Amino acid sequence: MLTIEELTVEIGGKPILKNINMEIPPGETHILFGPNGSGKSTLMMTLMGFSGYDVTHGRILFKGEDITGLPIHERARMGMGVAFQRPPTINGLKTGQLVKVCAGQRPVAVEELARQINCTQFLERDVNHHLSGGEIKRSELLQLLAQDPDLVLLDEPESGVDLENIVLLGDTINRLLHRGVKFPAGKTHREMLQARPKSALVITHTGHILDYITADRGQVLYNGHLCCSRNAREILKWIGEYGYEECFRCAM
Amino acid sequence: MRDVNGGDIDFRQYRTEAEAHEYIEDLGRVAPSDAEKFLQVGVSTQANERAGTFIQMDRSVVHCRTGQEGLEIMGINQALARHPWLAGYLWRHISPDGDAITAHAKAAPAEGYFIRARAGVKVAHPVQSCLYIARDGFAQNVHNVVIVEEGAEMHIITGCATAPHLTTGLHIGVSEFYVRKGGRLTFTMIHDWGEKINVRPRSVTMVEEGGVLVSNYISLRPLGSLQMFPTTHLAGRGAVGRFNSILVASRGSRLDVGARILLEAPDTRAEIISRAITYGGDIIARGDLVGRVAGIKAHLECKGLILNDGLMRAIPELTGHVPGVEMSHEAAVGRIDRREIEYLMARGLDEETAVSTIVRGFLNVEIEGLPPPLRARLDQAIAETQKDMM
Ligand SMILES: Nc1ncnc2c1ncn2[C@@H]1O[C@H](COP(=O)(O)OP(=O)(O)OP(=O)(O)O)[C@@H](O)[C@H]1O
Ligand SMILES: [Mg+2]
Repeated sequence: MLTIEELTVEIGGKPILKNINMEIPPGETHILFGPNGSGKSTLMMTLMGFSGYDVTHGRILFKGEDITGLPIHERARMGMGVAFQRPPTINGLKTGQLVKVCAGQRPVAVEELARQINCTQFLERDVNHHLSGGEIKRSELLQLLAQDPDLVLLDEPESGVDLENIVLLGDTINRLLHRGVKFPAGKTHREMLQARPKSALVITHTGHILDYITADRGQVLYNGHLCCSRNAREILKWIGEYGYEECFRCAM
Repeated sequence: MRDVNGGDIDFRQYRTEAEAHEYIEDLGRVAPSDAEKFLQVGVSTQANERAGTFIQMDRSVVHCRTGQEGLEIMGINQALARHPWLAGYLWRHISPDGDAITAHAKAAPAEGYFIRARAGVKVAHPVQSCLYIARDGFAQNVHNVVIVEEGAEMHIITGCATAPHLTTGLHIGVSEFYVRKGGRLTFTMIHDWGEKINVRPRSVTMVEEGGVLVSNYISLRPLGSLQMFPTTHLAGRGAVGRFNSILVASRGSRLDVGARILLEAPDTRAEIISRAITYGGDIIARGDLVGRVAGIKAHLECKGLILNDGLMRAIPELTGHVPGVEMSHEAAVGRIDRREIEYLMARGLDEETAVSTIVRGFLNVEIEGLPPPLRARLDQAIAETQKDMM
C-alpha cells in the first residue's frame, strides 16, 4: 500500500527526517512510536504532501505509484487520509458541511455518522472552533469516516481522550480499517475483509490505543531515524521499561 | 478617498433633475430587468413576503404600500404634509453644515421614505424599501426617517441599486432613525450600485431605554466609491446596538465604511463586526466605540482579507471616558492561512475550491433576522462574487 524509500525531509533547511525506509503492506496497521520532536508528525505531513516539508531525497510510493511530487488533494483522492494532531480552525465553515466535502461525490448520512461517534453537538459549529482536545479527535475521525481512505494516517488519536470516548474511538478506527467486529449488515466477515484492504499508520505515545485496535507492527522514530521495526506491543514494553534510551543506542 | 467630508465629490458633475416615473400599482408589472436588480438587493416584488414596500426611482416614489395596521410607509414629502410634527425630526441629530454632503443634501430637493411602527406594533414580516437610480448621471438625494415607537418591532430591508448599464451617478442619503423605549429595529441594507456610482450616506440613530438596533450592511458588487460612518447613540439604560457588515471590493471600488456607537447610558451594549475582502479594490473598515458611563460593554471585530492585491485598512477605535467601561477589539488583516487551504485539500478539495470554501466561510457572518430566501440569495451572490475573485 505504502512504500517509503530513503526519504529525507527538511523544514526550513533543517533536516528533520533522515533516510527513512518503510513498507506498509495492504491490510496492515503499523504503529509509530518516538519521543517528542523525533519527526513523527513531520512524516505524516510529508506523506500527505503539505508545504514546508521539503523532500530532498528519496520517494514515496502509494498503491505502486510515485506520489512524491503530487499535490495534496490528488493524494487524498487516491485514498490517503489523515487525522491531524493540531488541525486549524476554519471560521464560517460548519463541521457538518466539511463532512459532506470529505465524502466527495458519494452520498453521506452526516447526522447518522455523527451520532455514532458522538459528534452531533458540534456539527453546526465552525470547524475546530473552540473544540476541546477530545472533540477535535472525534471530529477528525468523523471526517475520515466520510472520506473512507485506504491508507489512514492517525496522529495521536487517543491523546487527551477520556476513557469512555476512547472505546468509541477504537471502534471507529476499527470500522475505518474494516477490522470491526460490527460490520455492515448483509455482509459476511470474509466479504468485508476481501473488500478494499485498509492500511494504517498510527502515532501513539501511550499505546493505550493498542487495547482497542490490532497492530500488525510497530516502528520507532528517533531523532529523524527509523530505528526499529517489530511487534508493536514488544516495543511498547521496551519503551515502558527503558524509555527511548535503548532506541538511541540502537540508532547509533 | 481620503476625504470623509465629501470634499472629493464634484456636485456639478451630476444632474439633479430627472423625469418623473409613473406610479406602479402592481409590482408584477415592474420591468423584468429592474425586478431582477430589485431581487438582488433583497427587494421582492412578491408582496406577500413583506409587510410593506416603498420604492423610489430617481426622485419619484413609484410604489408605496403598507399591509399591516399600525405600520406607516410613505414618501417623506407626503409624510411631512400629513404630520406637522415630523419636521422636528429632520435635521435633528444631523447638522446640515456637518460636511459638504449634508450641506448639499440640505440645499437640494429630496425625496426619501418615512417608515413608522406605532407603539407596541410588532411588524410580522420585513418591510422593504428600494432606492433606485435609473437615470444616468443623476444625483439621488434622499432624506429618510424611521421611527419605531415604544415597544414596537420592525425589520426593514433596504436595497439600493442602479439600472443595468448606468455609468455614473451619486447617491446621498440622510437617515435619521429613532428607536423608542423597548423598541427593536433590525435594519438590513444591501447595496448593488454600479461601477462608477459614488455613495455617501449620512445616518444617525437614537436608541432609547431598552431599545435594540441591529444593523446589517452588505456590499458585494463593484461600485465607484462609498463612504459612510453612521452614528448610533445608545441613549437610554440597557439599549443595545449591533452592527454587522460584509464588504467586498473589486478593482476600482473604494469603500470607507464604519460605524460609531456612543454608549451614553448604563448597561448599554454595543458590538461591531465587519468582514471585508478586497481583490484589487480599497477598503477602509472603521469602528469607533465610545463609552461615556460605567457599566457598559462594547466589542469590535474587524477582519480583512486581501486576495491577490488591494488595500485593506482596519481602523478600530475605543474610547473610554470613565473607569468601569468594558471595551475590546480584535482586528486582523492578511491573506488566507496556507494551513487552512491544505487542510481542506487533504479532504480532497483542489486548491481553488479550498480557497473559495474558506472565503465563503469568512463572509458567513450571522446576519440576524434575514428571511431564509434572502439568505439563500445572499449565499448565491457570495458564490458568484467569488468567481470574480478567483
Ligand atoms: N514548521 C516547523 N518549523 C520549524 N521546525 C519544525 C516545524 N515543524 C516541526 N519542526 C521541528 O521538527 C521536529 C520534529 O517535529 P514533529 O512535530 O514532527 O515531532 P513529533 O515527533 O510529532 O513530536 P510530538 O510527539 O511532540 O508530536 C521538531 O524539532 C520540531 O520543532
Ligand atoms: Mg507530533
